[in-house]
Amino acid sequence: MKRRDFINQAAAATTLVSLGGLGLQSFSSAAKTTKITILHTNDVHSHIDPFGPNDGRNPNKGGVARRASLIQSIRQENPNTLLLDAGDIFQGTPYFNYYGGELEFKLMSKLKYDAATIGNHDFDNGIDGLYAQLPHAKFDFLSANYNFSNTVMDTHVKPYKVFKKEHLKVGVFGLGIQLKGLVDKAMYKETEYLDPIEIAQDMSRILKTEEQCDLVICLSHLGYYYGDNSTKVSDLVVAKNTKDIDLIIGGHTHTFLPKPTVTKNSEGKNVLVNQVGCYGINLGRVDFFFDNDKNKSADGASIIV
Amino acid sequence: MKFTPICFFLLFISVFSCKQENKHLTRIEGKLLPITDSLVKNAEIEDMITPYRNHINKDLDSVIAYAVDTYSKSDGELNTAIGNLFADAIYEQANPVFKQRTAKNIDLVLVNHGGIRAIISKGNITKRTAFNIMPFENSIVVVALNGKNVKQLVNYLTKAKRAHPISGLKLTVDANYNLKEALINGKPLDTLKTYYVATNDYLYNGGDHMTFFKPNDSLYVLDYKIRNALLDYFYKKDTINPTIDDRFIKLDN
Repeated sequence: MKRRDFINQAAAATTLVSLGGLGLQSFSSAAKTTKITILHTNDVHSHIDPFGPNDGRNPNKGGVARRASLIQSIRQENPNTLLLDAGDIFQGTPYFNYYGGELEFKLMSKLKYDAATIGNHDFDNGIDGLYAQLPHAKFDFLSANYNFSNTVMDTHVKPYKVFKKEHLKVGVFGLGIQLKGLVDKAMYKETEYLDPIEIAQDMSRILKTEEQCDLVICLSHLGYYYGDNSTKVSDLVVAKNTKDIDLIIGGHTHTFLPKPTVTKNSEGKNVLVNQVGCYGINLGRVDFFFDNDKNKSADGASIIV
Repeated sequence: MKFTPICFFLLFISVFSCKQENKHLTRIEGKLLPITDSLVKNAEIEDMITPYRNHINKDLDSVIAYAVDTYSKSDGELNTAIGNLFADAIYEQANPVFKQRTAKNIDLVLVNHGGIRAIISKGNITKRTAFNIMPFENSIVVVALNGKNVKQLVNYLTKAKRAHPISGLKLTVDANYNLKEALINGKPLDTLKTYYVATNDYLYNGGDHMTFFKPNDSLYVLDYKIRNALLDYFYKKDTINPTIDDRFIKLDN
């Protein structure tokens, strides 16, 4: 596998050389930095319009049209941007009651969301209600620990997706919360919940080793953390019990993190966990800088949060 | 161009090192970007939303009933006009559904005071009124509860000293909030009997510390949202005029 990669690369380089010897020079030039920008939302809950000026908690905050402007300007600054949502797209305003999520998906498509995971409230009109809105979604649904084989959602949800940005590969996989006790069985039907830790271990291995991703992102609707006395799986628990995940983008608990949490994985390496509250009143942003400067040490990227 | 061994060797080094170097994560920066009114609204997005918003607003503002007065959950001590309407509407709308399915009647209704999220203003009642009072998606459930648990329910109410909306139940407490009388449909509470108690799924699952719904004999999920029950009730009644009554009162001595 490694050898074949080398041969392919060598062949490509040979072509460049034969076109005028530019290939070698371009590689020996000064350090080039490639930036991958990850933008994310969670628990937007059908909040399409901004909160009004008299809202008791979030006056004048949020709104999809404003978020669109911000995302547009960031994409102009860096085309290597991924836009992700960590679930609970549905439920919370009459837009959902009247249109069942149609406008939410249409707007997310227009904003060029790359992927979303599925939250418990995305089952609020039943799994059939979610399925019915899929034609309006031009982005991928990622969930590795929901087995939809025996439901209408079968084949419409991927466990993960690898996004290529310049020469870098970004692997994103999804995780969902246990539905039993949280959502009526009549709503989620035969959706099978699989252990998020085991699945996350599998996914990170597949994305890092098999898919050779440069970045591994977990898009989770498990919730941030349920305290030391809880056995519930959360983002911090996933971070601690896995390796090779660079970033966990969370949802469900509507946790407002003023900045991403930096925690340690099973190998003692850093993992970022982020969640930006709810209702689209914030956009999360994490930039990953990749360098070809060989003087820098390979382990331990500096983290500025 | 001739391909010499030395040229190939250089290629080998450059290609190999190039691949390594470019995989090097050096820095991560994270920040929170608030969405505020200092951001310009994207016109194209706004245009997409407008027809949906207009339709919803037109529909939400359509008049479905008339309120004789203004009703607030803060008007009244142990029972309020709006709370009584809330609980009575649930009984009136849910009982036919429950009876059709089970051939039984709902004995009493209990929801929570905190669940009334807005007032009803004097004048026209619109669909928006129902969304404001009940923005949550909670649905009606009926619990077959033994009399001992219903006793706990009564104790909860006398201890809470709050106007949690009730229907079918009549409570009297003394000046110190000790229970004087608990009647269900006019008859004293019988701890050996099974009662059918309508509530919502949130409270059934222990919301507002209402822990007495479990264990129970059985649960009936009606697939009927509280908001829809209110909407149906408003349509049906046309004019509403609820009052504070004697369903939960405190005696002066």
